[in-house]
Amino acid sequence: MAADQQPAGPSAGTEGPGAPRKLPRRGLLFGGAAAGLGALAAAGAHLAGAGSQPSGDPAPSEAGESIHGSGVVPFHGDRQAGITTAPQAHGVFVALDLRPGTTRAQVRALLRLLSDDAANLCAGQPALADTEAELARVPARLTVTFGVGPGLVAAVAPALAPGWLKPLPAFSIDRLQPGFSDGDLLLQICADDPLTVAHAQRMLLKDSRSFATVRWVQTGFRRSYGSEKPGTTMRNLFGQVDGTSNPAPGSTDEERVVWGGGEIPAWTGNGTSVVIRRIAMNLDKWDELDRVGREESVGRRLASGAPLTGTQEHDEPDFAAVSKLGFPVISDVSHLRRARPEDRSQRIFRRGYNYDAAPGAGGVSDSGLIFVSYQSDVGKQFTPIQRRLDEMDMLNQWTTPVGSAVFAIPPGCREGGFVGDVLFT
Amino acid sequence: MSKKLVYPALSVLAAAALALTGCAPSDSRSTPSAAATPAVTTPESTAAPAAPGLAVSQPWVKTAESGMTGAFGVIKNTSDTDITVTGASTPAARMVELHETVPGSNGAMQMQAKPGGFVIPAGGELKLEPGANHLMLMGLTGPITAGADVRFTLALAGGGSFEFAAVAKDFSGANENYVEEGGAGMQHGQPTGAAGSATPSAPSPTSK
Repeated sequence: MAADQQPAGPSAGTEGPGAPRKLPRRGLLFGGAAAGLGALAAAGAHLAGAGSQPSGDPAPSEAGESIHGSGVVPFHGDRQAGITTAPQAHGVFVALDLRPGTTRAQVRALLRLLSDDAANLCAGQPALADTEAELARVPARLTVTFGVGPGLVAAVAPALAPGWLKPLPAFSIDRLQPGFSDGDLLLQICADDPLTVAHAQRMLLKDSRSFATVRWVQTGFRRSYGSEKPGTTMRNLFGQVDGTSNPAPGSTDEERVVWGGGEIPAWTGNGTSVVIRRIAMNLDKWDELDRVGREESVGRRLASGAPLTGTQEHDEPDFAAVSKLGFPVISDVSHLRRARPEDRSQRIFRRGYNYDAAPGAGGVSDSGLIFVSYQSDVGKQFTPIQRRLDEMDMLNQWTTPVGSAVFAIPPGCREGGFVGDVLFT
Repeated sequence: MSKKLVYPALSVLAAAALALTGCAPSDSRSTPSAAATPAVTTPESTAAPAAPGLAVSQPWVKTAESGMTGAFGVIKNTSDTDITVTGASTPAARMVELHETVPGSNGAMQMQAKPGGFVIPAGGELKLEPGANHLMLMGLTGPITAGADVRFTLALAGGGSFEFAAVAKDFSGANENYVEEGGAGMQHGQPTGAAGSATPSAPSPTSK
């Protein structure tokens, strides 16, 4: 019995939402749009037998017949998903500001609501009170990762605030805009389907409205799912292979870099941190650079991502190698050279996305990278690298950081729990 | 019936969407209200002795500053006998009614208190959702704010009861309006001052 088989009623569509009409008697009026003969069909279906779906309901199989839309990344676990999860094709980063006067109890309520929404949506199920339930049926490896900013932690658990949970030091290359910087609560929403991402974003923001306002939104993309072999390092809009130095997935390096260990412990068990920087890339100026210059600026080959001293992407660079004229093959001021630490504890795990926004007046591009870096300790791992790049990096001629934010990433949660519970114990 | 609870048939498509999808994912998923809050004293497990065979999933209530609002969810009868819900109550409201939708003589869908209550067939379930069957809260005793847990007690035929908690969610639909004779109305969730005499207690329903 499908409700859409019902004929339209005589008065269907004759009245706008929220326009109560005069009634002959006292009564309670449902002024919303959710009315009509279809509702009658629904009423009948409500009393169907146990476990039965109204026949003809296509929702559960919508993703089942797809190629990869039904992919699920578990939301619950010791650690939050969306960090070492193989990067999905689409990502949106939303920073919220708590409304002034938001209480500790309200922050807790917010985190509970959002965790519940995320748990349902990541499982391919509608969130509670989801008005676009069909959009939830294609999880497409959806992950929702929550980060807490300095203001939120200060408000609810100041004693737990790690020392690095604050804005990064000012860098000379920065041209930061408040509209892309800082924030109290981060929602990182990633999936292989942009409609899935948009629906999750909508649902989470609907449940945030009472507690917070949107500070910034950054929408990013990589290659579509299936366009390349899984595990392929992404390319940025300069055409560069971007993120080669990441520790290998599942490696002990990755474990230590992201989740801490030894001399760099995590701020809380199974927690980590994220730095999100919006890096504007001047494509028009980049156009002026020939291929040799482009490769020299980074120290890697465009085709393979290999260091200029190697042939394969993951070959170790040889910084001692010199050309026939005696110059270093990999320039001392190349991005690769400047970013590479002598201290191997200064390593980060990158999980960025490209952005391509509408150009400003007179321009043809507003493009760049949503630089996303996970590491156990921002101050010990990320900041030293950025200091070196700030001092000298050939790539700085074409790139400008315009946004910057730091968040602590709480551990994951169990079913029925919520992300951020560690702040309330 | 001394009063009619009416809403116009606005959009069959909108209603069809609701009818097909509901708001209830699988029953196995616990909700925050049912599982996560120490303040919730009566999740389904502790209610079981009073009402063997009933279980609630996806319970939620629409936030409101004052006046009236609705509560929703799926109530499953896991027993092998029919169970009749004859009434409902909550500390959050002075009165709760069981509402159903029926076609009215003018072609519009009408919302009204369900005579005799909701019968949940053995092994069946009762879906409570916006625009359809729901629990109608009238005369809120205070604001229902997002994330709050609201306790409900269902009264069952035969004297049993069933308690559960529903989490409050902001929701723009389910716009129950109380319309007085003459047309002046009050939408719940708005300051009572905005609608003068149309206070939550104004209906003085006599159908209970």
